[in-house]
Amino acid sequence: MSETATEQVLTTKDGRPLKASLARALRREKLRALVLIAPLLIFVLLTFVAPIADMLFRSVENSIVEDTLPQTVNALQDWDPSSGQVPGEPVFAALAADLKVAVDLKTHTRLGSRLNYEKTGISSLFRKTGRRVKKMTEPPYKEQFLKADKKWGQVDTWQTLKQFSPRYTDGYFLSSLDAERTAEGLQMKSEDEQIYLLLFGRTLMLSIAITVSCLLLGYPIAFLLAQLPLRTSNLLMILVLLPFWTSLLVRTSAWKVLLQQQGVINDFLVWIGLISDANRLVMINNQTGTIIAMTHILLPFMILPLYSVMKTISPTYVRAAKSLGATDWTAFWRVYFPQSVPGIGAGAVLVFILAIGYYITPELVGGTSGIFISNRIAYHISSSLNWGLAAALGTLLLAAVMILFIVYDKIVGIDNVKLG
Amino acid sequence: MSALPPYASAGQKLWHYTFRVACGLIFFFLIFPILVILPLSFNAQDFFTFTKEMLAFKPEGYSFKHYQDFFTNPDWQQALKNSVMIAPAATILATSFGTLAAIGLSRPHVPYRSAIMAILISPMIVPLIISAAGMYFFYSRIGLQGTYWGVVLAHAALGTPFVIITVTATLVGFDQSLVRAAASMGANPVTTFFKVQMPLIIPGVVSGGLFAFITSFDEVVVVLFLGSAGQKTLPWQMFTGLREQISPTILAVASLMVAISIVLLTVLEGLRRRSERLRGLSPG
Repeated sequence: MSETATEQVLTTKDGRPLKASLARALRREKLRALVLIAPLLIFVLLTFVAPIADMLFRSVENSIVEDTLPQTVNALQDWDPSSGQVPGEPVFAALAADLKVAVDLKTHTRLGSRLNYEKTGISSLFRKTGRRVKKMTEPPYKEQFLKADKKWGQVDTWQTLKQFSPRYTDGYFLSSLDAERTAEGLQMKSEDEQIYLLLFGRTLMLSIAITVSCLLLGYPIAFLLAQLPLRTSNLLMILVLLPFWTSLLVRTSAWKVLLQQQGVINDFLVWIGLISDANRLVMINNQTGTIIAMTHILLPFMILPLYSVMKTISPTYVRAAKSLGATDWTAFWRVYFPQSVPGIGAGAVLVFILAIGYYITPELVGGTSGIFISNRIAYHISSSLNWGLAAALGTLLLAAVMILFIVYDKIVGIDNVKLG
Repeated sequence: MSALPPYASAGQKLWHYTFRVACGLIFFFLIFPILVILPLSFNAQDFFTFTKEMLAFKPEGYSFKHYQDFFTNPDWQQALKNSVMIAPAATILATSFGTLAAIGLSRPHVPYRSAIMAILISPMIVPLIISAAGMYFFYSRIGLQGTYWGVVLAHAALGTPFVIITVTATLVGFDQSLVRAAASMGANPVTTFFKVQMPLIIPGVVSGGLFAFITSFDEVVVVLFLGSAGQKTLPWQMFTGLREQISPTILAVASLMVAISIVLLTVLEGLRRRSERLRGLSPG
């Protein structure tokens, strides 16, 4: 039986089984496609994906304590903070040895400022002790350290040190969620110290407000453009595409000029007598400014997907509904609107994804109340230099965007993204 | 909807005109901020609003002094020079890698297609501040932070998704049998690519390139973190100008950039019409 099967196998001219030959051709085809894609894939992996991965790693990385004070970390392993006692002489001896090396390498100040993010005062403690440690030659070290700074006699100083001695930490993520680890365990920070949850909440609320106002302004425009004859709609489309192609900074500067207290809008309102010169509206450096400017900037991203969906809705359905006795409103709401929902989904998710990560516009017109989480990330990178916290905040923002992107992919599909 | 039927009731007429007026206002909202800076950039005073002289159309209310400042101020000229040096390099990198990859992706059998697509599109999706933060940390480690090539590589990565998307869109309508025909006539793959495939997909490549160019030319977040003073670009200069002290020169720069976007828009529209005509989608 097997013999007859082999005889029946179709072969190519050179005697190969057809199946194997096809598989080989397919493999070659796949390889050829990959060879074309490979340069860009490698390029993007090196210049873009690796940096992002590096940042994600930074949000948990914490080798600085172990690298700077290796012996102390080792000696601290047996110490239990809940005992309420400061560690004993061996730990102090290890610290003295570590610090002497660190002072030579000048790394103790870096460690001090790193731990200062977790507990204020540690930076100066390390700097002060660093100046004194050279003179400590003879044991017992404990008393000499306590003389250098009495903070070495406090349990929570040592607790912070022990808590951040592992190579990986969840400390940055806890800080980004306004939580901290105290002697009593995981706790939320006190109300007045909570800033990040508030900021995440505000970023979310403002992005929703911007998305909704884009939808309210974009839907009628897309509807009108889809109804008008092609010649007219192409002409009006320029009014949508020109802002789309205009530099972000140009549009932000335009809003800065318009919304200022001595700006065009206020001048106009005073001139027509709607408001008095003394009561000029405050429309910039607050949430109003952010919402107005970002709605303007993101509106084309709502109109374009909506328009491309509405263009495919056949007008005959609406005519049929009307001929069956539907009023204009019923025909729109029951027949037209449901067909335009995919466009609303695509536009809304796109605008929301773009809004939630915005940095430049809130920075320039948002003041203190209209800024986003991005602005805080930028602050931690360039001003406070708390890079781990910036990375943790960035990771959380990235996770939010990724989830939204998966939603977008389900609604529209990445392949179907259209531009212009 | 488009035209009001003669039998329309008063209510329908009212709604028709209300809707048109509402749309007119939204169009006004879209275009007014861009148009208003054009006359303001000729302000003879250092104000950000219309002066009495300007409203009365008196010639003394207008001047070219902000433009003059832009063309003589070394800060702005350095920024312009940097922008002009960075954007084309990034565009060339993004367009050449992106076009090749798009051709590869549009072949019928690509393993892990959606995963590869997701990675290649990701620079467009990830918020710029996160890209900037990641690149800042990573490029500092490998010594690219604050260098010309660091900024160019970063901008090229940000521009590639646009090239992929536009070129893939053109390739959807591409007839693969043309390649087979060329091959059967004895053309090698390279000849086939340049003589057959390239002329047909060139509109997509050019508009992808324009997207990549404008991405780099307008980009400010990444360059703020990744560049040093030597890589100050026009958007960077505008950003610091707007944040620290608003100088009216910004309005002149903004007006020039609006002119650039009008040129770009015209080129793109021409390309779109050409490709539609080639595919017989519209009479042109």
